[in-house]
Amino acid sequence: MESGNKFETNKFEFETVDEVRAGLGEVRYLADEGIAGVVYLADRLGKPVLVEGPAGTGKTQLAKSVAELTGARLIRLQCYEGLDEAKALYEWNYKKQLLRIQAERHESRSWEETEEGIFSESFLLTRPLLEAIRASDPVVLLVDEIDRVEVETEALLLEVLSDYQVSVPELGTVEANQIPLVFLTSNNTRDLSEALKRRCLYLYIDYPDIEREREIVLKKVPEITESLADQVARIVRSVRQLDLKKSPSVSETLDWARTLVLLGVSSIDAEVASETANILLKHRSDIEKALKEFSANGETFEASRVR
Amino acid sequence: MKKITVSPAQKDAAQKDAAQSPLLGLLGGFIAELRTAGLPVSLTENLDAMEAVTHIPLEDREAFKYALGATLVKNHAHWRAFSTVFEVYFSLRGAEYGTEEWGEAGATTQDGQQIMADGGTAAEEEMRNLLYEALLHGDQAMLAAIARQAVMRYANMEPGRPVGGTYYLFRTLRKLELDDLLEQLMEQAREEALSPLTPLEERLERDEFEIRLDELKKEIEAEIRRRLVADRGVEAMAKTLRKPLPEDVDFMHATREEMEAVRKAIVPLTRKLAARLSRKRRHGRKGPLDFRNTIRHSLSYGGVPAEPKFRYPRPSKPEIVVIADISGSVASFARFTLHLVYAIAGHFTKVRSFVFIDGVDEVTEFFEQADEIGEAIQRVNTESDVIWVDGHSDYGHAFEAFWEKYARACGPKTTVLILGDARNNYHASGAWTLKEIRKKARKLYWLNPEPRSYWDTGDSIISEYTTHCDSVHEVRNLRQLERFVESLV
Ligand SMILES: Nc1ncnc2c1ncn2[C@@H]1O[C@H](COP(=O)(O)OP(=O)(O)OP(=O)(O)O)[C@@H](O)[C@H]1O
Ligand SMILES: [Mg+2]
Repeated sequence: MESGNKFETNKFEFETVDEVRAGLGEVRYLADEGIAGVVYLADRLGKPVLVEGPAGTGKTQLAKSVAELTGARLIRLQCYEGLDEAKALYEWNYKKQLLRIQAERHESRSWEETEEGIFSESFLLTRPLLEAIRASDPVVLLVDEIDRVEVETEALLLEVLSDYQVSVPELGTVEANQIPLVFLTSNNTRDLSEALKRRCLYLYIDYPDIEREREIVLKKVPEITESLADQVARIVRSVRQLDLKKSPSVSETLDWARTLVLLGVSSIDAEVASETANILLKHRSDIEKALKEFSANGETFEASRVR
Repeated sequence: MKKITVSPAQKDAAQKDAAQSPLLGLLGGFIAELRTAGLPVSLTENLDAMEAVTHIPLEDREAFKYALGATLVKNHAHWRAFSTVFEVYFSLRGAEYGTEEWGEAGATTQDGQQIMADGGTAAEEEMRNLLYEALLHGDQAMLAAIARQAVMRYANMEPGRPVGGTYYLFRTLRKLELDDLLEQLMEQAREEALSPLTPLEERLERDEFEIRLDELKKEIEAEIRRRLVADRGVEAMAKTLRKPLPEDVDFMHATREEMEAVRKAIVPLTRKLAARLSRKRRHGRKGPLDFRNTIRHSLSYGGVPAEPKFRYPRPSKPEIVVIADISGSVASFARFTLHLVYAIAGHFTKVRSFVFIDGVDEVTEFFEQADEIGEAIQRVNTESDVIWVDGHSDYGHAFEAFWEKYARACGPKTTVLILGDARNNYHASGAWTLKEIRKKARKLYWLNPEPRSYWDTGDSIISEYTTHCDSVHEVRNLRQLERFVESLV
């Protein structure tokens, strides 16, 4: 059941959860206790992490930041509908194979010899999954938006993440050199298989609380003043409490903060809010709803401005 | 409960470990509680949790909780249930294993402790002032101390008394008069501001105070729970606290809070259902070879038909007619069903919906006009014209009115869904109309939100209708509803 002792597990050996949290802070990723705790455990236990949560809450960034923190190489497999074995795992370089066949046509080699030649390592194109388990340097593997692939591809992934070996019919079994630290992200557009979930540690990254969001803004938009960052975080928190089609994500908070800085705003008032709301919210009905909610008994910001 | 396959060796190892270490025994009990609460925990996960906690300093309650959460809970909707079980279970059993300091987690600051130490004698006035100050400055530790005091003073908890935590919560909150406090806090914020608060500032202040008040309420709830657990023991408490998962909440007997959870669960559920269905449609079946298309593509392979192309059959989509009882007891069931059906409306040629109590009205256009399903459902509740005499369900009259006015809605491609508990207040059944509808329509199904064992008791006359339906389904919760709606496509 445990493949842990069979391979070198690529561990970064953090001492404590706090060390992870502080380290991530240094590479400008603000983690809460839960996030840091799961990263710490993933490293200790050598298990993949399945990260879910609303859009733009730092799921992808977490993997990137962990790679940066540990100095590991980030290998990313971006998932999409139709992603298959050839793009995820390996593919034969058939152009090169064709050239070789043509070249050898004039030499008097048997087909068997040629065949053996062209199905060897040098004709293999490794794709992210194979690359990650065959690497000999420290690696963080990011399988981004895994919910987009078909069930069959998910099963393939699970196989690789469970056995840490890949069988290539023409070559035999390719074993892993190491177990990399793996992050899988999902936007939860479909249920992932129970087997995959069982294999992973689970981390749900929700919208950050107000303190953490303020810190993120301060870290990522260094030109901003503390008081403006605070105001931004407070407004965003209140906006997220409304019943909207799409709540603002952390990336939208950051875009908004940057815009405010560019405009030279020192404090957000009704006018500024109504002129820049389209950066924070994407649906017209959401913008209208928010502007209405935050103005006196239903009159819009427009109206209060004229007054 | 799901089946798990386990090698005997794994099982042995787990049992041996459990016997060896009291901590593992404690964890075993916790996992058993999770399972009774309906959370699926496999043996692998069980073992992972046991290994995980060995990497965490035991006295760090938060870390302990996250380590268990990450290994045992793989669905965010289950987090709340997990959290409650965790709190209840470890608040009592934890003490046996040297984790007793957890109970005092978030204990007060020195100041708070001192002030509250003689709480028994401190005047009511004084406590109110302290509460006011704590809310004004967002002093968490102080709020927790006050919550404990308030429960001690106002809840009047009596050992062994078989009432739920909500009762004590209500008593405590009533005494605290939090609504008045909120207004006072707002008043002070206004006075202290340098210039009059703009509506935006006003709103932000209010949100902030409301969040602090919520925290206070949560502290009070937690305190009551701790005391109840101490009084009644973990097993008894776990039972009263056992919250069904949103997808298992019974539509007919849900509390307001549970209903809220169901409402929240329905949007992600419809999204998943829609994604699953369109994937099925696209990748479902391959049709016959598309000769022309294959040849066209073979050009890029030097004339070799390397990539065969297939015709994708366009499966014929059904037409749906929903006829829903929206009277009090079954209203939420109707709402959820309409929500689900319209969320996948793209998979049907047409959806028409009718609602009734004792009269019937068509509401299709609400859904066609609205941007959002929620909006339309809101309008169904407020604008539909469904009352004929007294606003008590009268299936017979409603069906007859439907047949008279809208019979043409049913044709050979229509699947008709009737939603309701068939509790007819002893009126005539009008079952003949269903017989007629079935003759015209492709299929006629009835969905009943009541448990099967209640059918035909009291004024329920579901059997009279059953004879005229293709089938009748018990649909008590989201899980069953989702399964049925998916089967329509
Ligand atoms: N905790 C954080 N600390 C620092 N930056 C953050 C944090 N969370 C989010 N961000 C920033 O927000 C942006 C969005 O993050 P990211 O792309 O990782 O989101 P995501 O959760 O992967 O979203 P999606 O679901 O859309 O893929 C990035 O620019 C990232 O730097
Ligand atoms: Mg992402």
